[in-house]
Formats: sequence, structure tokens, C-alpha cells
Amino acid sequence: MVENRPFLTLLSHLVVLIGVIIIAFPVWMTFVASTHSQQTMLQSPIPVLPGPHLIENYTKVLTEGYGRIGNTPVLMTLTNSMIMALGVALGKIAISITSAFAIVYFRFPGRMYFFWAIFVTLMLPVEVRIVPTYGVVASLGMLDSYYGLIIPLIASATATFLFRQFFLSVPDELTEAARVDGASPMRFFWDILLPMSRTSIAALFVIQFIYGWNQYLWPLLITTKESYYTVVMTVSRQANVVDGVPSWNLLMAMAMLAMLPPVLVVVFMQRQFVRGLVETEK
Amino acid sequence: MEKRVTFNERWLPYLLLGPQIIITLVFFFWPSGQAIYQSVLIEDVFGGNSKFVWFENFAQLFRDNSYAHSAQITVVFSFLVAAIGLGISLLLAVMADRIIRGATAYKTFLIWPYAVAPAVAGVLWGFLFNPSVGIIAWMLQGIGIEFNYVINGNQALLLVVIAAVWNQISYNFLFFLAGLQSIPKSLIEAAAIDGAGPGRRFWDIIFPLLSPVGFFLLVVNIIYAFFGTFGVVDSLTKGGPGKSTEILVFKVFNDGFRGQDLGGSSAQSVILMVVVIALTVVQFRFIERRVHY
Repeated sequence: MVENRPFLTLLSHLVVLIGVIIIAFPVWMTFVASTHSQQTMLQSPIPVLPGPHLIENYTKVLTEGYGRIGNTPVLMTLTNSMIMALGVALGKIAISITSAFAIVYFRFPGRMYFFWAIFVTLMLPVEVRIVPTYGVVASLGMLDSYYGLIIPLIASATATFLFRQFFLSVPDELTEAARVDGASPMRFFWDILLPMSRTSIAALFVIQFIYGWNQYLWPLLITTKESYYTVVMTVSRQANVVDGVPSWNLLMAMAMLAMLPPVLVVVFMQRQFVRGLVETEK
Repeated sequence: MEKRVTFNERWLPYLLLGPQIIITLVFFFWPSGQAIYQSVLIEDVFGGNSKFVWFENFAQLFRDNSYAHSAQITVVFSFLVAAIGLGISLLLAVMADRIIRGATAYKTFLIWPYAVAPAVAGVLWGFLFNPSVGIIAWMLQGIGIEFNYVINGNQALLLVVIAAVWNQISYNFLFFLAGLQSIPKSLIEAAAIDGAGPGRRFWDIIFPLLSPVGFFLLVVNIIYAFFGTFGVVDSLTKGGPGKSTEILVFKVFNDGFRGQDLGGSSAQSVILMVVVIALTVVQFRFIERRVHY
């Protein structure tokens, strides 16, 4: 800062520290709850420090599940979430990068119509048109399948725009050189454009992985078979069992497992995450 | 902006665009068209027959008290989420921007809630405020406040706001921090030399220069509160108690799937589409302006 004010610096540290603590508090309590026995978690006040049942609880939810509405082992729901998140992220990147390539590097009739058709999708979140979209997916026979979980979510205007912006900034000389050397468009795409887009792809991947992992309403609607349940929807379902007291220790172990993968992605790919967040909003 | 050098191919571009366009047509345009179509029909209770009724579904919605109530809750909810969320994250960003040592560590600790699913965030906060075992509910009871979001509507709404703000705070924080870091240091230094204290510098220089970011975040937060908080509401309160947390996007789902009122739900979908489109246009106009500066 421009001047030395020890008191203000101290205050800044203090405020940010308190912020960090308040923000981390729910997750700390979740972690603590996941390490105690069911009995301990039933009497208020509950402990604020971890207990001895960590391994036991996590092994139980991972392999057996926590059965109130059926026994869905969390390992299975985690796998489903992983398939869905990877499918959504990679699918979005794949179809967006090729459409951006078509829009930027070719002149063809109807180009602008296609561009606007993609643009409009930006304006229609799944939640808004949920009932008719469900109808469409049902009539295509895509309920209870990975296709149904993934494909309706992979159209992406933001990703297409991001790649379009990036391609427009690629120097024309590269294209000319490729053409002089006799490279076909697809050769140019694979050997020059794709390697150059690495950082954009990584940034988008982080954002879209989180988006796919955290989907809730969509998997809730289109899956009825337990073998397709995702972890996020299972956590919420189990928390809302009407009759009886939930086993908080197991429920919270499940919640921890549901949070872990996307949080790790954000923490370890922080730079790409920040980049992706800022760029997808341009 | 256009490319000077392009390729000449007849069919390749269509092939490249194909997947995206097909998915867009099948999963965006078709359902949206159906929503519009169904919003002007009334379906027979026994199924099968449906009748064209012009704007009867919309008229019915506007006469319906529960819709007005839901709209009102949505407005209050979005206002609270945006105001509290922006306030806290601006404070944190301004303070974090002052810190030189340990800034990256703080940043890491502030950005991860973005990765938590809204539905899971709802479960976490529900646990903290659970009337029988929640630690915060217990503490509140200690100081004489009876907190039971399961039966008290206002408390339920407050809890949904807290969970929603918590989930969105990292996003706001990152954008505010980026905005703060893009303010030229020379401006701040010049003001300091002229004798302006930290408070004065904040209100007269930093705050006005940050207002474009603030406005952008306001729109994003309203969109988030309108459409991104379904998971929070569904896992915390299911719109209850009564209908005290039934925001519009939850009502669309509830009326369509639980109530089986296709016409009414479609009419609501159409209204929400108009709202999103309006908000998106505002957001884009604003971004275009920022680019031209």
C-alpha cells in the first residue's frame, strides 16, 4: 500500500481472517460430524472437535451406502458424478471448439443464423424450461442413461464465445503459412489451433467440470434407477427423509465426499479456475 | 471482427457446427417452443384433450394470489442475496487487497465455496441450524433466540439467503479483487500525497472506479438468485414452511411436476424466459459499453 499504517494492516488481516473462518465453519462442522458415532450426533450440543470414527464412517458410506431410501454405495454415486462431470466438461469443449472453428474460419451461407441460434441458448437455463425439456428427453428414451444426464447439458454459448474470441486473436499469418504449405483445414485445426488453445481449454474445463458435478435438478428428474444417481442429489435426498432422525455422521461423510472432488479441482487448478471464471463472463 | 484469411470448404463447416446445432435445436428450441405452445392450452384433467385458450393461463396466473406471493418472495430474496453478498465480498476484497504478505493463501481460502454444489450448501447450513442438533441453533438458544426454520417462515427465508450468499461469495470476491487490482496505483498515491486518508481514498476514488464491476456483479447476482438457487431451496426447505420460501423457479417445478398443471407451469416458464432474456440483455449492453471505453 501507499503508506505504512500498521493498525489498518492489522485490521485487514483480522477482517479477512474472520471471513475465512466464517466461510470455513460449515465445512469444519460437517467434517467433525462425519468423524463421530451416530449416538454422539444425536444429542445437542454436538462436539466441535473431530472424533474417532472417521475411517469407520467413510468406509461404511463408500461401500454400503447409507440406507434410508435404498442402499446406494457412495462409491457408485461418485463414479456416476465423475462420468457426468467429465462428460459435460469434455462434451462442451469438443462441440464448442469445433463450432467456433467453423464460425471464425469459414464463410458459408447461414453462418450468422447459426451464430445467433447458439447465442440464444445462453438465455435459457435448464431450470426455466425444465418441464418441456424433461418431456423431450423422455420421448427420446433417454431417461435413466448417461446420455440423458450429459447430452442435454452440453450445448454451450459461453464456451463457443470464448473460443471464438480466442481464434479471432490468432494471427492470420499462421493460417496463411498453413495454407501455403498445403495443410487442410482439419490439419490446421489439429496441429496449430488446438495446441494453441491449451490454456483456454484448461480454464474452461475447470469451470465446466464444477458445473457438471454440481448439477442437481437435472439428475434428480431424469434418474429413477439407483445405479444412475449422482452424489449431490443423493446427499440432498437423504437429508430430506421425512420420517426418522437422519444419521448425521453418515450423511455428513457423504456430504464431504460430494464436495471433495470439485473443491480439490478449484484449489489445485486455482489459476485456471480464476481465468476461466473471468473469461467465461466476457 | 472478421478473419481476413479463411478456408474454402463447402460441407466441412456444417459438419463442424452440426453437433452443437442439433443439441441446441433438440434440447433448447424444441422445449422452449413447447413451453410457449402449452402456455396457451388448457389440458383436460383426464388427459388427452387440450383446448386452445389464448392467454387464459397467463390471466389466471396474474389473478392467482400464490403467484403474486411467490414473485414478491423472489424479489425480497434476490435483493437480500445481492445486497448481503456484494457487501460482504466487497469488504473482504478491499481488505485482502491491502494485504501484501499471505495474500495468496487468503485467496485460496476464500474461493473454494464456489465449488460446493448449491444443494450440498443447503444441506450444510440446514445441519448448522437444525432445531435439534444444529450448533448455531443451540448457540442462539443460549442467548435466548428460538431459531426453528422448519416452522418459522421468515427464519427459513433468512437461512436460504445465508446459504445462497455463502455459495456465491467467492465469485463476487474474485471479481471485486480483480477490479481493485486494476485501479492504477498512481491514482491512489496521488490522493495520498494530497493528504487523503484511507477512508476518503476509498469513497472518492476506489468506490466510483469499482462501480462498473459492482453493477456487473449486481446483475449476475440477481440472475443467480432467480435461477441458480433451486438446489439450495430444494434441499433446505422445499419451498416451505407454508409457501414462505417458494421462489418462482421453484414454483415452476412444483406446479409442473408435483401439481401436474402443465399449462400454468408453462406460462410461468414463458414469463421466466422473458425475465432471463431481459436480464441477459442488460448484462450484455453493459459489457459492450465497458469494452468501448
